[in-house]
Amino acid sequence: MNHISNLHRVLSEKHFAVTAEIGPPKGSDKNIIIHKGEMLKGYADAYNITDNQTAVVRMSSLAGSTLLLKLGLDPIMQLTCRDRNRIALQSDILGASAIGIRNILLLTGDHQSMGNHPQTMGVYDIDSIQLIQIARNMRDEGIFQNGEEILRGKPDIFIGAVANPFSTPLEARIIRLEKKIEAGADFIQTQSVFNLNRFQEWVDTIRSLGLDKKVHILAGVTPLKSIKMMQRMRFHVPGVDIPDEIANRIENARDPKEEGYNIAIEILEELKKINGIHGVHITALFWEDIIPKLVKEVNLYPRP
Amino acid sequence: MIITKRKQLDHILEKTKGSRVFIAGCSECATLSHTGGEKEVLEMKDYLEKNGVTVTGWAVLDPACHLPNTKRIFREKLVEDTDKILVLACGNGVQTVRDALPDKEVIAGLDSLFLGEIIHLSEFERRCNLCGECIVDEFNGICPIARCPKHMLNGPCGGSQNGRCEVNPEMECVWDRIYKRMIENGGRDQLRKIIPPKDWSKSLEMVIR
Repeated sequence: MNHISNLHRVLSEKHFAVTAEIGPPKGSDKNIIIHKGEMLKGYADAYNITDNQTAVVRMSSLAGSTLLLKLGLDPIMQLTCRDRNRIALQSDILGASAIGIRNILLLTGDHQSMGNHPQTMGVYDIDSIQLIQIARNMRDEGIFQNGEEILRGKPDIFIGAVANPFSTPLEARIIRLEKKIEAGADFIQTQSVFNLNRFQEWVDTIRSLGLDKKVHILAGVTPLKSIKMMQRMRFHVPGVDIPDEIANRIENARDPKEEGYNIAIEILEELKKINGIHGVHITALFWEDIIPKLVKEVNLYPRP
Repeated sequence: MIITKRKQLDHILEKTKGSRVFIAGCSECATLSHTGGEKEVLEMKDYLEKNGVTVTGWAVLDPACHLPNTKRIFREKLVEDTDKILVLACGNGVQTVRDALPDKEVIAGLDSLFLGEIIHLSEFERRCNLCGECIVDEFNGICPIARCPKHMLNGPCGGSQNGRCEVNPEMECVWDRIYKRMIENGGRDQLRKIIPPKDWSKSLEMVIR
C-alpha cells in the first residue's frame, strides 16, 4: 500500500504513533529548527511545526516544515485560519504539497488578542471545519473551494485536525469532532491531557459512537517544566485542564521539573492502555530535549 | 442600533483647542447610546468652554445621517463663524455633516463600536456586523459572525470553557448559547450540519439607488 507520509504509514500499520511538536524560533535562524530536528530524529514518527502559536510571530510553518524535510523528517505543517483567507490557505496547501510536506494540521488558531500583535485584524474568513473540507476536496475531488478544477497536481496530503476533550459541554465537543471527521480529518491531535478522568470520559463517548474507527486519535502530552509554566498553562492557555492534584504535586515537589517529568511518564503509560487511542502527541514547550528520554522510558523507542 | 462610545476628553480637547467649535449631536442612536443626545451635547459644551474652547453653537441633528435634514438644520443654525464641527454621532453622522458643510473641518467625538441591542437603559450588546448576507436563522436567531470573535460557524472553538469566551472570560461564548438553545428546541441535527464558507462578497454593496 502506498502511504502518503511516514505518519500515515505508522498509523495504517496500527503502530502506536508518536508525534512531537517543534516550535519555530522568533527569528530567521534556521539552526534552531535544525538542532531540534536532529535532536528528536528517530524519537517520533512526525513532527508538528506550529503556525505562529498563541498568535506570536515566529518563523512560518511552511519554512520550518521545509527545513525538517531536508533532515529527512516527516513534518506536520500546522495551518490556521486566523491569519489567512481561503485564497492564501489553499495556496499554502498546494505549495506545501509541492515541496513534499505530506501532513497538514488544520485549525482555527488562537485569537490574535492573546498574542504579541493584539492590534492586528484577524482574518477568520473560514473556520477549521470548512478548511478541512476544502483540503479534502482539493485532494480527493481535485477542486478548489469555489468549485473550479485544480489544473495541475492535486495536493497529496494526510489531513490532521485538533480536538479539545476538556472544553464544555462535552456533547458540543463530540459533535464538533464528528463534523471534523465528516469534513475529512484523517487524524486528530488532542489538547494536552492532565485530567485522565475527563479524558477517559471523552474517549468512552467517542468509542460508543465508533469514532475511533473512523479517525486516528493521538492524545496530547505536555511535561510540565516548572511551577511557573504549569501556572501559565493552567490559568492562561485556553482550554487546558490541569486538575488540583497535578497542580499540587508540581507546587509541592522538591524538584518541580523532575515531578513534571514523572507526571508525564504516568500519563503516557495510562494513555498507552486506553482503547481507542492510536498514539501520543508530545508538546514539550521549551523543553524539547526531554522528549528522547520520555519516549525511551515508556518503551516507545525505537520507532517503527 | 449603532452603539457609540465617547472618545477621551483629552483627545477631543486636543483636537478642538484654539478653535471656534460647533457641537452636533444626533437624535437617534447617539441619543439612545447616551453619547450624543441633547444632554451630552450640553455637557460637552460646558466642558469645552471650561477649558477655554469657544463654542459657537450646538444642535441635535435629526438624525445626523439624514443628509437633507442635516443640511436643513445647518441652514437654520449659524455656523459661519465656526472653524470646526465636533460631531457626537456615529461615523456616518460625521461624514454626513462634512457633506452638508463642505468648507468646515469635522472632528469625530465618538467611536462607532457595533450594531447592538439595548439590553437595559445603558447596557448594550453587539448583535450585527452588517456582513451583507443574513444567516442568523441557521443558528436559531443568534449570530456567530457578530458575536464570536473567530466567526466560528460550525461550533465552539477549543478555547470555550464553562460557557466563557477565550478572548475575554467576562464574555459569554456565543456558541454555548447557540448550542443550548438548539438542544432545547430539538435542533441536534442542525448542529451536526456542516455550514459552508460564508459568501463575503455580499458585504461589498456600497450603494443602493
